[in-house]
Amino acid sequence: MAEKVLMKGNEALAEAAIQCGCKHYFGYPITPQTEIAAYMSKRLPKEGGVFLQAESEVAAINMVLGATSAGVRAMTSSSSPGVSLKSEGVSYIAGSDLPALIINVQRGGPGLGGIQPSQSDYWQATKALGHGDFQLFVLAPSTIQEMVDFVPLAYEVGEKYRVPAMILSDGMLGQMMEPVEFPEKKETAVADKSWATNGHQNKRKKNIVNSLYIQPEELENLVKERYERYEKIKEEEQRAEEFMMDDAEYVVVAFGASSRVARSAIIKAREEGIKVGMIRPITLWPFPDKTIEKSIANAKKYLCVEMNMGQMVDDVRLVVNGRKEVAFFGRTGGVIPTPAEVLDQIRALAGKEM
Amino acid sequence: MAKTLNVLLAGFGGQGILFAGKTLAYAGLMDGKEISWLPSYGPEMRGGTCNCSVVISEEAIGSPLVTQPDVLFAMNLPSLDKFVDSVVPGGTILVDSSMIDKKVERTDVNVYYIDATKIADEQGIKGCAIIILIGKLFKELGFCSQEALDAGIRKVIPAKKAAMLDLNLKALQIGMDA
Repeated sequence: MAEKVLMKGNEALAEAAIQCGCKHYFGYPITPQTEIAAYMSKRLPKEGGVFLQAESEVAAINMVLGATSAGVRAMTSSSSPGVSLKSEGVSYIAGSDLPALIINVQRGGPGLGGIQPSQSDYWQATKALGHGDFQLFVLAPSTIQEMVDFVPLAYEVGEKYRVPAMILSDGMLGQMMEPVEFPEKKETAVADKSWATNGHQNKRKKNIVNSLYIQPEELENLVKERYERYEKIKEEEQRAEEFMMDDAEYVVVAFGASSRVARSAIIKAREEGIKVGMIRPITLWPFPDKTIEKSIANAKKYLCVEMNMGQMVDDVRLVVNGRKEVAFFGRTGGVIPTPAEVLDQIRALAGKEM
Repeated sequence: MAKTLNVLLAGFGGQGILFAGKTLAYAGLMDGKEISWLPSYGPEMRGGTCNCSVVISEEAIGSPLVTQPDVLFAMNLPSLDKFVDSVVPGGTILVDSSMIDKKVERTDVNVYYIDATKIADEQGIKGCAIIILIGKLFKELGFCSQEALDAGIRKVIPAKKAAMLDLNLKALQIGMDA
């Protein structure tokens, strides 16, 4: 077993990317993700890779588009306002059927917002990070170990289905340190990349990477074909963790940083005899509706806990579809909810005096 | 020791708050415990306020943000004023009395006043005041094994700053004797 080291989430994620073969990083500094860029600038040149601080976020994502077109594992990272700037390029990457890794270490918004942790880019990540009909494969880590483990997963799934992948982190996970272990096996599966525009050397037909289709029928067919892949992803790539769900009557649904707070509150509530558990979506898109569906029969009520004004709760309600009550509790603007606050909400849900 | 120790370290930037937090975290790690370390981050700079949450636990750690500390390190008056009421009853407050000319009014917590900054200056270990307080905490609570504390501080000091190791070990010892 490899030795456990203490690392900041941002640095651990960057190291994980290098270890799974990302040699092309393009970014622009913004709090609270700058350690990713700083780490890459130190390590990538030594690995024979390219670290490039672009002139803007827009430039950085288009450099990723170029690099991934050539078939290499590329990556960019930013925080909320910077990710908004990248949205045009992300749409082009999706429209060109290319894999790519995009990291969002979320902070409070909208606008420049604040620099403290937030989860208010859930809608952006899962519904519309750019124009057009498209989805990203979105992973939400809740520990530093997951910040590491989800990097190869994001690359593998992204390459398998030729879709961009996002790791939706936040300022808390980016800045905090926890013991982390890097997998011994560093080679990860690389899918067929015969589509790459990496020089045909007169040995094959030229490849074209493009997202412009003037003929409506042609574009419609392409989008429909892409949606067939999305259906496959929904079928095969949903992930969620169930915590204390065996006999749970009250179900907390929370992802990422807020799931950690909820976990503490649930342990306390259990000590008070409240039968509460948690479903923690790991993939935010595809949303783990199978896990939610499975819980409905035994659940009395649901409580969504998020660091925003209520975004993922929409997806929970879509699955529950009125069959049970779905309540929401959130803090926003960079405020991290406390376990005590969430415990009060769980008590209220279970009809106990606060 | 309880299953989980929630520690909050607070003071000015430049007092080694984050470094001391890392020392505690590594000590816990060396004992095979679960640990988390979460800094305040933002426009703070040298002289601004700074704090750091450290959790050492026998169980998986939920929220890494310490809002109800078992142990508070208060390295300046604004930090003591801000966090004194959040310490759990029966908790521990370590006060650098060189920096804070005030007594804690609460009677349900254990308070240790150490003239840490002054002692550090006199002993030629300027900047190690908070490490003296860690030594004191170790003596009072025994939150980790002696070996783990030793190994922790060795881990947290990078090889190129090896000269700092002796100064920090000296600070720990002063704290343990205080």
